[in-house]
Amino acid sequence: MAKEVTGTTWTVYDANTMTQAEIYGSVLCELGEKYPKIVGLSADLAKSTKIGVFGDKFPDRFFNVGIAEQNMFGVAAGLAKSGLLPFVSTMAAFTAMRGLEQVRTDICYQNLNVKIIATHGGVSFGAAGTTHHCTEDISIMRSIANMTVIVPADGIETACAVRAAVEWPGPVYIRIGRGFEPTYYQSEDYGFRIGKAQTISEGTDITLICCGITVLQAAEAAKMLKEQDGLSVRVLNMHTIKPLDEEAIMKAVLETRRIITFEDHNIFGGLGSAVADVIAKSGKGCAFEKAGIPDCYCVVGYPEDLYCHYGLDCDSIVNKVREVMGRDFEEDESWEDEV
Amino acid sequence: MPITESEIIKLKEQAKSIRHDIIDTTVWSGGAHIGGALSMVEIMTILYFKYLNIKPEEPHWEERDRVVLSKGHGGVGYAPVLSARGYFPKDELKEFNHFMSNFGMHLDSLKVKGVDVSTGSLGHGLPMAVGLALGARLQNKSWKTYCILGDGECNEGSVWEAAMSAAHFKVTNLITFVDRNKMMIDGRTEEVMALEPFADKWKAFGFIVKEIDGHDFKALSEAIDYAHSETKAPVLILCNTKKGRGVDFMEDQVKWHYGSIDSDLAAKAHESVNRG
Repeated sequence: MAKEVTGTTWTVYDANTMTQAEIYGSVLCELGEKYPKIVGLSADLAKSTKIGVFGDKFPDRFFNVGIAEQNMFGVAAGLAKSGLLPFVSTMAAFTAMRGLEQVRTDICYQNLNVKIIATHGGVSFGAAGTTHHCTEDISIMRSIANMTVIVPADGIETACAVRAAVEWPGPVYIRIGRGFEPTYYQSEDYGFRIGKAQTISEGTDITLICCGITVLQAAEAAKMLKEQDGLSVRVLNMHTIKPLDEEAIMKAVLETRRIITFEDHNIFGGLGSAVADVIAKSGKGCAFEKAGIPDCYCVVGYPEDLYCHYGLDCDSIVNKVREVMGRDFEEDESWEDEV
Repeated sequence: MPITESEIIKLKEQAKSIRHDIIDTTVWSGGAHIGGALSMVEIMTILYFKYLNIKPEEPHWEERDRVVLSKGHGGVGYAPVLSARGYFPKDELKEFNHFMSNFGMHLDSLKVKGVDVSTGSLGHGLPMAVGLALGARLQNKSWKTYCILGDGECNEGSVWEAAMSAAHFKVTNLITFVDRNKMMIDGRTEEVMALEPFADKWKAFGFIVKEIDGHDFKALSEAIDYAHSETKAPVLILCNTKKGRGVDFMEDQVKWHYGSIDSDLAAKAHESVNRG
């Protein structure tokens, strides 16, 4: 039910009736009042990305450049150079690919204060097909120096991330979805911090490291596994892919010895690969699996069906955990001497 | 203020000195984009020695005019201008292209004093210049943005995306130049990818075009004065230039887009500049 929270905090009511993008648009409007240097840009997707509400409120501070993403990111770089704080929104596919060189060379190379909110990330645009999906962006963005990469779990966390981005120096890429994905968080006061994983549930048998839409699914899966299998499942919301919370990952390696990552992204290069880097570098043994889009172009369908198809829904997560728990990793060698 | 004859004489001397510096820097660097550096000398000289409102001793002064060298490979032509204008000693250019140097062939705004925007990848400068100009207007700042494009660069679609937006947003605090030296790496622009009717293209995109001799200070001055007075549409100063200008054996030669010169060749180049 609606719970009115005053001041700058967004409300429960809004999260239950608005998409991630709508919440983003509203929060940006609110921030626009407080920060006169914020300007908005879009490329004929002001309505779809909801940055248009900022444009309605601050018409002088909003630039719709038409369907021209390269120019948009270049103009954003110039606006940032002039001392303003641009928020740029278009779909993830047109950010991470069409406009990528401008994002990398104009914005990140010069370490400019440009905040990018990329919508329709992963396969969240479902039936629109591969042209409008983006299962490569996390991989692309995390390989760009100076870039901070955030994949919020839901609308509430999007609000937190957008607020945090204002004060965070340098370029930030915030990747959100499109649809009315159910929310995990109930309010903004859970202590979101860029670069710090959120523990959704404590556990000692296995850790599920998630970002974006998989956070809620894993949280539900953990409850089912506790009830049905008696398993103690740790769930981490790794909303910031870069800088990565390596401490939380190493804690999971040492305390649970089994890790599975879940992401709406190609299994190559995204959250799973980032986590794998940390594990491999540590030299510590750990059962490990990456779940995501298995290096293919996604089939057509509604997002909910696609998430089931690619094993990112609650039931699939439960099954994946059982599969990994059933493996005989631990019987093969002694773990104690490694700790 | 119309340019005076004495100003022109001084600018010509300055341009000659810059050309000598470009030749020296090309030798020190081991190889550089000398052809396109020499073609834009008059454009850069008149900006930095007549028009720009800048404080070299305070490179980040907020009220300064901004310059975007969209043809970023012109770095070997830009750095000597900045040095001559007092941003850093000429000696620093001896490190051009060297290991750990602040000066690569495409100048980095975070490393080279006086460079407002990092460029090098073609087609990136005009969008950033449009952003700068919009930012100045939004913040009621009187500083202007000057953008220098290469002609071959205008093959890039992003140039035209930016041109469309400059006209759409009526960005008249932006003055855009094209160094029309008619050459690109693989040959003459009209053979590799034809640009003509080039002025008409800019006009069709909403610019007011002033086509001039880009080596003529009087013509440059008149065009810039006009651009400053224009309040309805952005102005494009189409500068007809010669690649390698000032060094006889380099002039209008495709092969001198990028080249190395040893001390013998450098001596000949200096002599040629002195004769010109």
